[in-house]
Amino acid sequence: MSALLAAVSADSDLFVAQNVFFGIIALLMIGSALKVVTTSNVVHAALWLVLVLGGAAAQFILLGSEFVAVTQVLVYIGAVVVLFLFGVMLTRASMGDDETVAGEKRVMAAVVAGLLLAVMSVALIDTFSDDRVVIDEPQLVGTVADSIFSQYIVPFEAVSVLLLAALIGSIVVARKD
Amino acid sequence: MMTLAELAYWQSTSLRVVGGFAAVLLMAGTLVYLHLFKLVSFMQSRLGPMETGPYGSLQLLAEVGKFLQKEDIFPRKADRFVFAAAPFVVLMSTFLLVVVVPGGPDAWFIDSDLGIYLAMAVSSVSVIGILMAGWGSANKYSLMGGLRATGQLIAYELPLILAVVGVVIQAGTMNMQGIVLAQADGEIFGWGAIGNPFILTQFVGLVVFLIAMQAELTQSPFDMPVAESELVTGYMTEYSGMRFLLFFIGEFATAGVFSAIAAVLFLGGWYVPGIDSDSNAFNVIGPLVMLGKVVFVSFLVFWARFTFPRFREDQLQRLAWKFLIPIALVNIVATGILKVAF
Repeated sequence: MSALLAAVSADSDLFVAQNVFFGIIALLMIGSALKVVTTSNVVHAALWLVLVLGGAAAQFILLGSEFVAVTQVLVYIGAVVVLFLFGVMLTRASMGDDETVAGEKRVMAAVVAGLLLAVMSVALIDTFSDDRVVIDEPQLVGTVADSIFSQYIVPFEAVSVLLLAALIGSIVVARKD
Repeated sequence: MMTLAELAYWQSTSLRVVGGFAAVLLMAGTLVYLHLFKLVSFMQSRLGPMETGPYGSLQLLAEVGKFLQKEDIFPRKADRFVFAAAPFVVLMSTFLLVVVVPGGPDAWFIDSDLGIYLAMAVSSVSVIGILMAGWGSANKYSLMGGLRATGQLIAYELPLILAVVGVVIQAGTMNMQGIVLAQADGEIFGWGAIGNPFILTQFVGLVVFLIAMQAELTQSPFDMPVAESELVTGYMTEYSGMRFLLFFIGEFATAGVFSAIAAVLFLGGWYVPGIDSDSNAFNVIGPLVMLGKVVFVSFLVFWARFTFPRFREDQLQRLAWKFLIPIALVNIVATGILKVAF
C-alpha cells in the first residue's frame, strides 16, 4: 500500500484511484451502518459494525495514516466489537430475530442521528472545505510518536489519566463486596 | 538478473501474493507432517502414517482429498451466512499475518514501518471468526467453546503484545526487517561474531511470548476451547468437510506463522552468523534458515502440546493475569532502563 501511495503521488497531483476507492468504501460503510441500526438481531448488528470499523481503517490507509488504521483494527475490531459479541452471547444469544430490539425508540433515535449528521456536516464543511489533503508519503510511526510525546504530551497524559480513572471506576462499580 | 524491486508494482505484488499463499500452505503442510504425524508418533512409540507415499509423506494430500469429498453440512437452525463465513474470517487473519514475516533482505511481502504491530492487530481479528463459528452453529457446545476461546484469546493477547514491546524497545523499530538487522548487526559488549540475537537479552520476553503464543493457538495445555472430553470439539463441533479443513489449515498455518514471528523477534530471523547481513546470498538461504527456525520453534509448541495435560479455566486465567502480564511489564521497565543506561 505504501509503495502504491508513493508511486501514485510521485507522478501526479491527482489521487484518482484514492478518490474512487474512497467512494466505494464510503458506500460500503454507509450501507453497513444502516444495517447495524435496522437489523433486528443483535449479533448481526455487531458483525455489520465490524464492516463499518474496517472501512474506517481502510479510509485511514488511503490517507497514508497506517498507524491510525492499524490501531483502529486492533482497538475497535480486535477489542471493542469482540467484547460486544462476548457480552451479547453470554446474555442473549438467541438465534432468530429479536423483536424487542426494534422498539418505538427508533423514531427518536433517527431524529437524534439526523440532527447530529446535520451539525457535524455543517461544522466540518465550514471548517475544512477549502483544505486539500496532500499525501506525499505514508506517515511514519516515528513521526506520530514524536508529535505525541512533544507537541501533544499534555493532552496525551490527560487522556491517559482519564482512562485510568475510568478503569478504576468501572472496577469499583462492578465489585459487589 | 532482474530483482523483485525492479518489477512493476502489480507484478511484484502478484508475486508476493502467490508467495504468501505458498508460504502459509507449505509451512502448514510441513508442520502437520513433521510434528502432528511423525513427532507425536515417535513420542508414542509408533510409526504414524507409512502407506501413502514414502514414509507416509503424501498422507496429508490424501486427507485433504478426503475432506473435499465430504458433504458440506449445515445444522437446520444454524445462521447460514455467519456459519459459512466464520472459517474464512479465521483463515483471512492467518494469511494477513504472514505478510509481515521477512524471508531475506529483499524477500519480503510488505516492508511496513508497522511490522509487528500490524501482525498483532491482524491476529486479534481471528477472535471474531471464532465467535461467529461458535454462535452461528446453534449448538450449546459450540457456543461455550467460542466463549471459552474468546476469554482465553483476550487474556493472552496482552502478555503476547507486552512481550513484544521489550524487543521493540531494544531494536528501536517495529519493522520486522529492522528487528532482524538489529540482531544481525548487534554486538555483545563489542563482540559481534554472532550478532546479538534477542533470545539472550530478551529471554524473559521469549518465555512469556511462547507461553502466550501456545494459548493464542489454543494448543494443549491451553485447549479449553476445544476440550474434546467436555465440548466435543468446541466451536468446530458442527463443521464438516471443506469448512472443517479450513479451520484445520488455519490452526496449523497460524502455528507456523506465529513460530516464524517468534523466530524473527528472538532468534534473528533469516540471519545466520558467518555471512555478512547485506549479502545477496540471504535472499536464497534466508527462507531456508527461516524454515529451519520455524520448525524448531514449532517443535517446542508441539512438544508442549503432546506433553502437558489441560489447564482448568480458572488456572488458565490466573496464569495470564497474575503471572505473565506482571512479568512482561517488569521486563518492559527493565529493558527501558537498560536501553537508556547502555
